Amino acid sequence: MKTIRAVHYLNQFFGQLGGEEMANLPPRIVDGPVGFGVTLKGASGGRVEIVRTVICGDNYAAENTEELAKEVLRWVSETSPDLFLAGPAFGAGRYGIASGTLCKEVRGKLGIPSVTAMHPVNPGVEMAGHEVFVVEAKDSAQDLKRVLPMMLDIGIRLVDGLSIGNPGEEGYLPRGVRVNVRATKRGSARAVQMLLKKLAGEPFETELPMPTYDRVLPAAPVRDLARAIIAIGTEGGIVPRGNPDRIEAHNASKWCRYDIAGFDGLEKGDYEVAHGGYDPVPANEDPDRVLPLDAARVLEREGRFHKLHDWYPVTVGNVTAVRSAERFGRQMGEALAAEGVEGVILTST
Amino acid sequence: MITAIPPIALTVGANRVVRGVAIPHPVGDPGEEPAVEFEIRKKLLEKALRALCEPIKEQTLFE
Amino acid sequence: MKEFILRKVKVRKVAFGKYTEVKNGCLTIEAAALTEVLLEDRQMKSVDIRIASPGDSVRIVPVKDIIEPRARLSEEESPFPGVFSDPHVAGEGVTVSLDGVCVVTTGKMVNFQEGVIDMSGPGAEFSTFSRKNNVVLVIEPVEGLSKHEHERVVRMAGLRAAAFLGRAGIPAEWEEEIRVPGMNLPGLYGMDPALPRVLYVCQVIAQGLLHDNYIYGLNAQGCLPLLMTPGEVLDGAIVSGNCAAPCHKHTTFHHQNNPIVEDLLKEHGKTLNFLGVLVTPVKTALVEKVRICTQAFKMARMLGAQGVIISEDGGGNPENDLMLLDRLLEGAGIKTVLVTDEYAGSDGASPGLADSTPEADAVVTNGNGNQRVTLPPMDTIIGWPESIDRITGGHAGSLRPDGSVDMEIAGIMGSTNELGLEDLTTVAM
Repeated sequence: MKTIRAVHYLNQFFGQLGGEEMANLPPRIVDGPVGFGVTLKGASGGRVEIVRTVICGDNYAAENTEELAKEVLRWVSETSPDLFLAGPAFGAGRYGIASGTLCKEVRGKLGIPSVTAMHPVNPGVEMAGHEVFVVEAKDSAQDLKRVLPMMLDIGIRLVDGLSIGNPGEEGYLPRGVRVNVRATKRGSARAVQMLLKKLAGEPFETELPMPTYDRVLPAAPVRDLARAIIAIGTEGGIVPRGNPDRIEAHNASKWCRYDIAGFDGLEKGDYEVAHGGYDPVPANEDPDRVLPLDAARVLEREGRFHKLHDWYPVTVGNVTAVRSAERFGRQMGEALAAEGVEGVILTST
Repeated sequence: MITAIPPIALTVGANRVVRGVAIPHPVGDPGEEPAVEFEIRKKLLEKALRALCEPIKEQTLFE
Repeated sequence: MKEFILRKVKVRKVAFGKYTEVKNGCLTIEAAALTEVLLEDRQMKSVDIRIASPGDSVRIVPVKDIIEPRARLSEEESPFPGVFSDPHVAGEGVTVSLDGVCVVTTGKMVNFQEGVIDMSGPGAEFSTFSRKNNVVLVIEPVEGLSKHEHERVVRMAGLRAAAFLGRAGIPAEWEEEIRVPGMNLPGLYGMDPALPRVLYVCQVIAQGLLHDNYIYGLNAQGCLPLLMTPGEVLDGAIVSGNCAAPCHKHTTFHHQNNPIVEDLLKEHGKTLNFLGVLVTPVKTALVEKVRICTQAFKMARMLGAQGVIISEDGGGNPENDLMLLDRLLEGAGIKTVLVTDEYAGSDGASPGLADSTPEADAVVTNGNGNQRVTLPPMDTIIGWPESIDRITGGHAGSLRPDGSVDMEIAGIMGSTNELGLEDLTTVAM
């Protein structure tokens, strides 16, 4: 079986450079295992070899995370390892954040499987993201002996391309990813059984915990509307006839911009509804009913605001993945802001 | 954000929300005469413009 | 109320033949007679009747609706009351079904919410309909019809064909019966008080073209919640005009075979007291949602429901109704379970619902509709092959030159059905 070459990230303490007083140490590398890292080869039955260890002080890591990540990506890609391990960080917050962030960067930017371990409430758990495996560890370093083989086992399987079971079975923290599987009973039967348990006051497990959404701070208001450039946009999929850029009717993979400079309104037949999640007939009759160009033009002429922006951003918000929508929104906002737009009125269907 | 279903917009984190007419036509109303429908649209946009100029600290539904 | 008896004639094979009849588990169809009946609709230009059997290398796309052939013992009564005949109240007496046959309507797309059925291969695993003997109607309407008229022509054709074929079941031998006891409220309340009283709220989307449902032939957009007996739901009282989205919406077949109704009936009198089904439209405007959900909440309280199962029809804004009603019910101490599916992105990492409420602590999910699959090429495509790029779940380039299809299961008929007919679910990894 092929040897697995791994890079290991440690803080100053586990890197044997000192305690809290050494937390400001900038990162450095050792080409081989350090500290308990020397036990990993034996603990993995000879398969995993630490070819490089990165050691960094917890304070430095917390205060310079971006720079640290850049350095680590360089150090990791130089050795072309098969696996990246960080920690275990247990309950240590700064160490956990560094471990989670570095794993996410290495996995995301270099495509190298990454595994770490920490306590469930360590803030580093959220930094790790969906593609990193965070083994659940206790708050104390005494858990090292238990957790290390688990990290290695998952790491080896990731490298070998074998499947990893669900969090409960394997001892890692749920990564926030949902995967389709076959149940033993059909959905309706499961619903009836769940209700009977709930009615009897017996414990039951929901199959879909309620999602939580990110909050964004409200933007500062437009200061002087009469002088401002305002844009309109929509997720209702109002596109030029023929949907020339082929925005999908469902789960859009893109957003587009279309010119409206000089147009007084959207004419029937020139525009159509690309969105597959609502009755398209009213908007196909008059697209202004979803993208209010005609009224915006009138308000522009009345001087309510200085200028209506030359183009409008559009996508289809029909079961479009939230992460895609976040990305589109950010890109739309950046593009509009770069052209001096101060406020955007979006419509939703 | 002009939307017919403010609760959804608020749940997913929109900060400035104005209530629109209906899902297939948030700024239109095919049941009305064109002139009336245009007025409805214009008023909604005016409300949206006011919302853009309003300083807020948290998510707000502009009535 | 009289007992309702659904007699299932098992059909294992379908073929064209001299007469329309069922003999030894085989349905033969006299194609000319069926075509004549369908062409009575003068907005229908032509119809091509094809047969797709389980295991065939056949892909049917775009699929609009799927209907199980049914017939009432009395020929005057239609199995879809109110649609082409006077509405009688469904769910009493005897109805016969051809179990193992489905009428599937296809043809040029009305709009891109229509779906796909693969009769073999990996796509077949996602859909009950790959295991049915499908009588596929490839429908061409006359030119110049509006989208609404086109949709209506197709919908009516499917129902007419299902009623026509259903009659072959009347003289045939049936193998299985579902019996729904006739019950009224005094009877229900007279039952063992230890059995919790359970109401089933069945959402039916009522939001316009390809997002409609029909209750006794009346568009659900014009309806407030309606209390039905379990038998009514199983007996054709609800007909689907909904195509969005293929994976999770209820086809007419799903209404006719509503698994939540079936599974509640199995427990009725044993572990629970099944009060009935509240068919509840879902409309777009917030004022309508509040109007309808507060009515549904009132009915639940008037009936003395102690537990409620609510199933979703569609995705996105119907989740607002789910949460609104869940909050009202739980607030009154009525234990609620929601049945839905989710759109969590192709990586499964996005929040799967458009709305949520902390009270919704008991949810059954029927899978993530964004899961990507690659369907192999099929020897035969019935319908309109190019449509796969444009249907829900497909994208530009979905249809590859070799005939294989790269798409989301959102486009596969019934794959994440929100009545819980399938056994797909999602787990957190």
